[in-house]
Amino acid sequence: MAEVDNTALLQFLLRTGDNTLILGHRVSEWCGHAPILEEDIALANTALDLIGQTQLWLGYAAEVQGMGKSADDLAFLRDVWDFRNVLLVELPNGDFGQTLMRQFLFDAWHSIMLPRLAKGTDERVREIAQKAVKEVSYHVERSADTVVGLGDGTEESHARMQAALDYLYPYVGELFESDEVDAAMVDAGIAPDPASLRDEYDALVGRVMEKATLTVPDGSFAHKGGRTGRMHTEHLGHLVSSMQWLQRAYPGSEW
Amino acid sequence: MYAQMIKTARPGIKSREEMTDQEREFQDKIDNDIKIEPRDWMPEDYRKTLIRQIGQHAHSEVVGQLPEGNWITRAPTLERKAILLAKVQDEAGHGLYLYSAAETLGVTRDDLVERLHEGRMKYSSIFNYPTLNWADIGAVGWLVDGAAIINQVALQRTSYGPYSRAMVRICKEESFHARQGYHAIMKMAFGTPAQKKMAQDALNRLWFPSLMMFGPSDKDSVHSEQSMAWKIKVKTNDELRQQFVDQTVPQIEYLGLDLPDPGITWNEEREHYDFTDPDWNEFFDVLKGNGPCNTDRMRDRKAAWDDGQWVRDGLLAHARKKAAARVAAE
Repeated sequence: MAEVDNTALLQFLLRTGDNTLILGHRVSEWCGHAPILEEDIALANTALDLIGQTQLWLGYAAEVQGMGKSADDLAFLRDVWDFRNVLLVELPNGDFGQTLMRQFLFDAWHSIMLPRLAKGTDERVREIAQKAVKEVSYHVERSADTVVGLGDGTEESHARMQAALDYLYPYVGELFESDEVDAAMVDAGIAPDPASLRDEYDALVGRVMEKATLTVPDGSFAHKGGRTGRMHTEHLGHLVSSMQWLQRAYPGSEW
Repeated sequence: MYAQMIKTARPGIKSREEMTDQEREFQDKIDNDIKIEPRDWMPEDYRKTLIRQIGQHAHSEVVGQLPEGNWITRAPTLERKAILLAKVQDEAGHGLYLYSAAETLGVTRDDLVERLHEGRMKYSSIFNYPTLNWADIGAVGWLVDGAAIINQVALQRTSYGPYSRAMVRICKEESFHARQGYHAIMKMAFGTPAQKKMAQDALNRLWFPSLMMFGPSDKDSVHSEQSMAWKIKVKTNDELRQQFVDQTVPQIEYLGLDLPDPGITWNEEREHYDFTDPDWNEFFDVLKGNGPCNTDRMRDRKAAWDDGQWVRDGLLAHARKKAAARVAAE
């Protein structure tokens, strides 16, 4: 196994932690506004798990960075161009159907990626992934059930879920992009090549969409630029400006 | 808490002579601290009063998500965000638990929600006040949950079994929230001058609304007497309010914040703090729908319900299809 380069490891950890941070933030926006009380609880629980995972991923990222920073510094004091999450997670929530469809498309990937990380060569990555995988196996079960229930529900719920899938699907491909950071992770045995997960992902998504009576869109076009930081959507800046407001307005305070 | 001005059918209580045999037997159980359970006979007015009280309590937990949710996306650290998410999740859970307790009295959750949205049921006045700075989140835990606990600890002894048991469980979580809230406000009070200013601002704004949570003064609380006799309520509004003030003033002093009421002084003779009564006109205005946030809170809740109709319909339709397919397969 190749010795891992810290710059690459840092990028990998930011990608992983920023995904959970930004998705956790988006999900938390639902608080008090869900269609039914049980969903309020489930959404808060999902957001809580994701924020908990973020603390671990970004905490490790800050250590690897070696500049004396904390997970909070990384979450609250970086600007948009330094975020490394995929575009999928920063998109606005839309309606409840779009939120749950996005959740499933992410959970499905997460549930396939994490068990690999849990068996990798980096002890810290392994530990975090082992903890997260338990939470995520529940997330994917729940989001899949909801996608199936709404896809195979009424005419209206079906139409809304199909529209959500059509809108979100072009953002899925970015999860399977590979670059030199991923190559370094593969060489060091820390993480798999994202592209290698695609078949398993397509099979899982295909099974769920079939039960949901939804059609996976044709075409392989993928919006990307989030995980490399090359180009985020316009939405991330607004998310970050509210998320970071207190830390920016009152620098150096303890909370 | 979260239950104020609960109406009973009529002010005052029946004398033993006025009671039927059944009613006397019921009252004897209450007087001997035997819990009333869902299948037991109970006076219709006892049932109605409890539905109102438990329902109002449940609604308060649900509407209470909104002022706290207002800060989830702006929480200043990952840990604070996680703590707040966990708290709001607990509160939604309390709502669920209380609706279930109310359902044992022969009412459905949907019916209670409908009554709330139509303005026929209320939720605690406190949630009609805004959360304007981050210290409000600490103050809500410290003062609002603190006040709720005082009421709910007393309610653990309430006569209706399912409500009493719900209170035991809820109190444990609320105590945890209150400690976390106090810890958050401590950080602010002992932090930078700007943070201390936020803490003081939150205390000043939320003090009197917190006192109002206990409901009007005993002398003006026309429905309390019957509720006390039935042990739906076990302490008077004024007793509970005094307990809250006595417990909170030393905490304010420890934080080094200014007292929010110049009328707060230790009374040697009573061995309690004297304090200024809240402005009851404001309280009744809030109950009538004229609080700072009433309109927005109800609009948000109704929108959540209405926008979610297609989701509930969809999931129900799917469940029916599945059930039909199972029957067909058998």
